[in-house]
Amino acid sequence: MGAIIDFVNKLFNKDEVASKDLAKERLRLVLVHDRATLSPELLMTLKEELITVLTKYMDIDVAGLEVNLDRADDTVALVANIPVKSVRRA
Amino acid sequence: MESSQVIVITSGKGGVGKTTSTANLGLGLAELGHKVCLVDADIGLRNLDVVMGLENRIVYDLVDVIEGTCKLRSALIKDKRNENLYLLPAAQTRDKDAIQPEQMIELNRQLKEQFQYILIDCPAGIERGFKNAIAGADAAIIITTPEVSAVRDADRIIGLVEAAEIAAPKLLINRLRPDMVKKGDMMDIDDVIEILAIDLLGVVPDDESIIVSTNRGEPAVLDKNSRAGQAYRNICHRILGEEVPLMDLSSPGLLEKLRRLVGGK
Repeated sequence: MGAIIDFVNKLFNKDEVASKDLAKERLRLVLVHDRATLSPELLMTLKEELITVLTKYMDIDVAGLEVNLDRADDTVALVANIPVKSVRRA
Repeated sequence: MESSQVIVITSGKGGVGKTTSTANLGLGLAELGHKVCLVDADIGLRNLDVVMGLENRIVYDLVDVIEGTCKLRSALIKDKRNENLYLLPAAQTRDKDAIQPEQMIELNRQLKEQFQYILIDCPAGIERGFKNAIAGADAAIIITTPEVSAVRDADRIIGLVEAAEIAAPKLLINRLRPDMVKKGDMMDIDDVIEILAIDLLGVVPDDESIIVSTNRGEPAVLDKNSRAGQAYRNICHRILGEEVPLMDLSSPGLLEKLRRLVGGK
């Protein structure tokens, strides 16, 4: 019975997503998670370079700067908490 | 030997065709006139010998050589089809801790004195056995099938191989089913490459002749009628640096089949 329903569904529902596209999309998401591991050294370098760039524009609290990879259900975000002491005049 | 190369064949996931590919590529390269040694690094789960049909000739193994129980020469098994090809079998009754990465590097050094290509059949997984198998490799072939689990594991392995500073790993997509790709029910070559972002070495179609040839212990690369065999022969040429276009994998349609039947082709 299930097979017949599947067949009829396939016959009429042309908008159905091809299963390979599902596979690709799911892989893309899972690999974002899998790959989202920054070594402590890399994270340190990233922090230092961030500080270099940011201090061109504003005075930041370097000691209070936090940078982390945040993993939610389907996204990975680089979350930076950067206390600003003062912004330079334009 | 000058310009000798140690190539590790790895995948992360088990059952995607590492051993079959090692056997076929090894015999294929030997058929093209190169001196080749196959090393089964899957200690405790020896299989390359049966796939090659050489299981009755084993006296010594990899661990015997490393522990100095025998000379390298006495452990090497000569292939029964091609005199350029030798196999160094894995130990079956030992575990992966029996060898160290430094010992594999030394073994590879010795093998390089006699062989142009040394193909290492890597165990599944990313632990000790994997680390031993990739030690001292100059190049890596990553095997995957077009399935989510195999591609995910391949991605992990690519990261580890690159971290071990082995030059640009190349991808072999195994067991592709053109009929399923056509229906949109299997990822195609471009999908897999887009996700893994490494160079493609070749594509081997899913082929029943592989099972038959493994049953017999005769690698399909010798079978002129096998599509998978043809794919492996093409890959061997690419390993040698030749440019060979990808095989046309599209399965002939009904009309084409009829035309061939009528045309007698």
